[in-house]
Amino acid sequence: MPIKNNRLTAEEYEQNFSDLHPPFDSRESALVEANRCLFCYDAPCTKSCPTEINIPKFIKQISTDNVKGSAHTIFVSNIMGAGCSRVCPVEKLCEGSCVYNLMEETPISIARLQRYATEQALQKKWKLFERKPATGKKVAIVGAGPAGLSCAHVLSREGVDVTIYEKESKGGGLMTYGIAAYKVTPQFCEEEVKYITSVGGINIKYNQELGKHISLAELQQSYDAVFLGFGVGLARQLNIPGEELEGVVDAIRFIYDIRADAFHTVPVGDKVVVIGMGMTAIDAATQAKRLGAKEVTLVYRRTQSEMPCTEAELDIAKLDGCSIIWLAAPAMIKGAHGKATQLVCNTMQLGEPDASGRRSPVESGETFTLDVDMIIKAAGQIPFVELVNNNQLKHAHGKVVTQMNGSTNIPGVFAGGDCVNGGKEVVDAVQDGKLGARAILEYLNV
Amino acid sequence: MADISANFLGIKSPNPFWLASAPPTDKKINVLRAFEAGWGGVVWKTLGSQVKNVSSRYSAVNYNGSKVMGLNNIELISDRPLELNLREIKECIKLFPDRAMIVSLMADNTREKWHELIAQVEDTGAHGLELNFGCPHGMTERGMGAVVGQDPEIARLVVEWVMEKATIPVITKLTPNVHSVVPSGKASVEAGTNALSLINTIQSVTGIDLDTFVPNPYVAGKSVFGGYCGPAVKPIALKMLATISQDPVTSKVPVSGIGGVSTWKDAVEFMLLGATTVQVCTAVMKHGFRIVEDMCEGLNNWMDEKGFKTIDEFIGKSVPKLTQWEELDINYHIVANIDQNKCIHCGLCYIACEDGSHQSINLQYGKPYNTYTIKEDECVGCNLCKLICPVDDCITMVEQRKGPEYINWKEFQERGMPLNDH
Repeated sequence: MPIKNNRLTAEEYEQNFSDLHPPFDSRESALVEANRCLFCYDAPCTKSCPTEINIPKFIKQISTDNVKGSAHTIFVSNIMGAGCSRVCPVEKLCEGSCVYNLMEETPISIARLQRYATEQALQKKWKLFERKPATGKKVAIVGAGPAGLSCAHVLSREGVDVTIYEKESKGGGLMTYGIAAYKVTPQFCEEEVKYITSVGGINIKYNQELGKHISLAELQQSYDAVFLGFGVGLARQLNIPGEELEGVVDAIRFIYDIRADAFHTVPVGDKVVVIGMGMTAIDAATQAKRLGAKEVTLVYRRTQSEMPCTEAELDIAKLDGCSIIWLAAPAMIKGAHGKATQLVCNTMQLGEPDASGRRSPVESGETFTLDVDMIIKAAGQIPFVELVNNNQLKHAHGKVVTQMNGSTNIPGVFAGGDCVNGGKEVVDAVQDGKLGARAILEYLNV
Repeated sequence: MADISANFLGIKSPNPFWLASAPPTDKKINVLRAFEAGWGGVVWKTLGSQVKNVSSRYSAVNYNGSKVMGLNNIELISDRPLELNLREIKECIKLFPDRAMIVSLMADNTREKWHELIAQVEDTGAHGLELNFGCPHGMTERGMGAVVGQDPEIARLVVEWVMEKATIPVITKLTPNVHSVVPSGKASVEAGTNALSLINTIQSVTGIDLDTFVPNPYVAGKSVFGGYCGPAVKPIALKMLATISQDPVTSKVPVSGIGGVSTWKDAVEFMLLGATTVQVCTAVMKHGFRIVEDMCEGLNNWMDEKGFKTIDEFIGKSVPKLTQWEELDINYHIVANIDQNKCIHCGLCYIACEDGSHQSINLQYGKPYNTYTIKEDECVGCNLCKLICPVDDCITMVEQRKGPEYINWKEFQERGMPLNDH
């Protein structure tokens, strides 16, 4: 059975891609949860949030019916608080450190409460921030993803005029193009970008790619400072025979297509294997299943204790009916008539700890073969090495090297987000953008 | 199995739980349902002159998502025809002869009117009368309710009128809307009342609508002070009950305790401070008559555990435990201890002590969990951290006496001992 699209009815697509964690359906239900919050002092949840949102405060504000104040508390630390409430792996961040866990009780649903407050702000278009008078300073930002937008918002609030150059036709970066559709919809992402830029002073130029339509040198000339938040590129190559066969696709591209086009236009195989066990691998596997694939198997070369995704994410995959093969590394892809038909894997065993501290997998000498018609590669993403090299940016394997404050080796050029960290959470990128903006303001004496 | 029955001036009830004079006791259908559910007795909703009620009538105070911590009402005495009430009272007594039937009264303020009403009610076969000297709204404007209870001399006069006529036990219900309930209680006892009950509702404004600026409850754009009751008033009721139990005159008569009783534990507390029976209203208005099941079972189990065979064995047991401040033992000293195995690192004890007490808790930074420990030398043993802590028995207060002997403030001053240095 070949790879094909249009496998389901419109109703099935809608059901499969509906909201994973529906919001509170009433003020009362939000209040019940808000009132459970203990209002911790120097709260562990806040300390576990990369953007350090004052969580007890925003929850308290929900319970006092000061939802506007609550949204402001969230956005002042994390301007993408609405999106983060849907995509953050909260089980390893704020909710994971909620003190209720230590009492063996369900942690506060921080994400849902955050969504409750921020969604109202977006829907009702609350104007929660005023720009300071114009400073006359101009900053260029490359990439309208979480890092770029976060940086732009802080700068704009301080009276700096910001121009963002974005290679895609929509803002939001991986939030728009790289995350499972049942977490955030493209419409939501568009609304969020609109809400962020509604503060004023932020001009996004779409379809402008660095190194193609614009150059860093030009930006340095025309602006007082530059912030780079161009993210990371496609999935890492497997470097195994048969990788060029038809049916072997890139997870980022696969998810991009789901996000950019209607669900029914995206082709998927009958027997899909996803390689990797990070968040992107899960998003690719679950969405392949939800597009109508008959069998989806995740293949990972280590064990569950080493997997990069959270337990909660793994559960989504399991509940969607995906199978998981631990300790299996792809060795070769066999094909017929130019199309992938079989994936041969080495069975692995855990050896000595590697640089990351995790026990590294070593070949056991045994192999097994899976029948496939589609292989999705999701074993990490590759930084834009060439782009970074061409612009004389100091880097480590393509990842831009910055100081703590986000400054690069080039004076006046700052960077943050995935292009620096190699691919972390949205919330990490938002924090980088915020810190970068602060460093830029200092650099510009604003 | 303990015997939880009560004998209040010869009025017997299978348990000490009565329903207070209020909407749940205003007609036969309710009262029969209450008796079927197991209530020991009722105080029938106040009978008296004819009234007309308004709409709305109630408002409430919620706290942290918990509904009706306190309830406020502006309802008047019974607005049903007197004859109908009297007939139904009679029928209820006939159907449940083992339950206490007390009738609350509030006549127009003349001797004749009181005598007339008492005669009519006694005809029903009711076991006792309760004089409503406490209704804080509506009736006061006509010289009834709280205006009687707030002035000891008027209370004395009315009780005297009542005692001239009554042949069944008379309970005088006191208003809390006074500086002290003792003067009116004393006057009533001196005038011959057989028993006291307290408290009636406390005048209140429960809240204001922040859009219309009209306080609650809303009646066509206006509001009035209402009578506050429910769990929120229990501590005030207990204190007032204690003063009645301490006074040499008022402590001579039995008391029916009222004010926020919702559970068997609340009831036991009232009884420990001297109440022979308790009266319940708000909890029933919130949850229905069924709550009496647990009240009976809980009381029974507690009495068994403590070895009490009858309720008389513990009534008033806590009264001697209340003393004057200057009699307290100054050498008694406790300090807080945090059980690190139970601590969930919420920091609530720390910030409470730091901002609201004596800065006696250490914060050792950790990510994400701080460690909190007590500075024993600084701790004054105030209990605040223990009260705030969300984990049971995580913070305990450990005794560290300042000296072996009992020494009170008077003795302390005489000896010229050093004052606190906090």
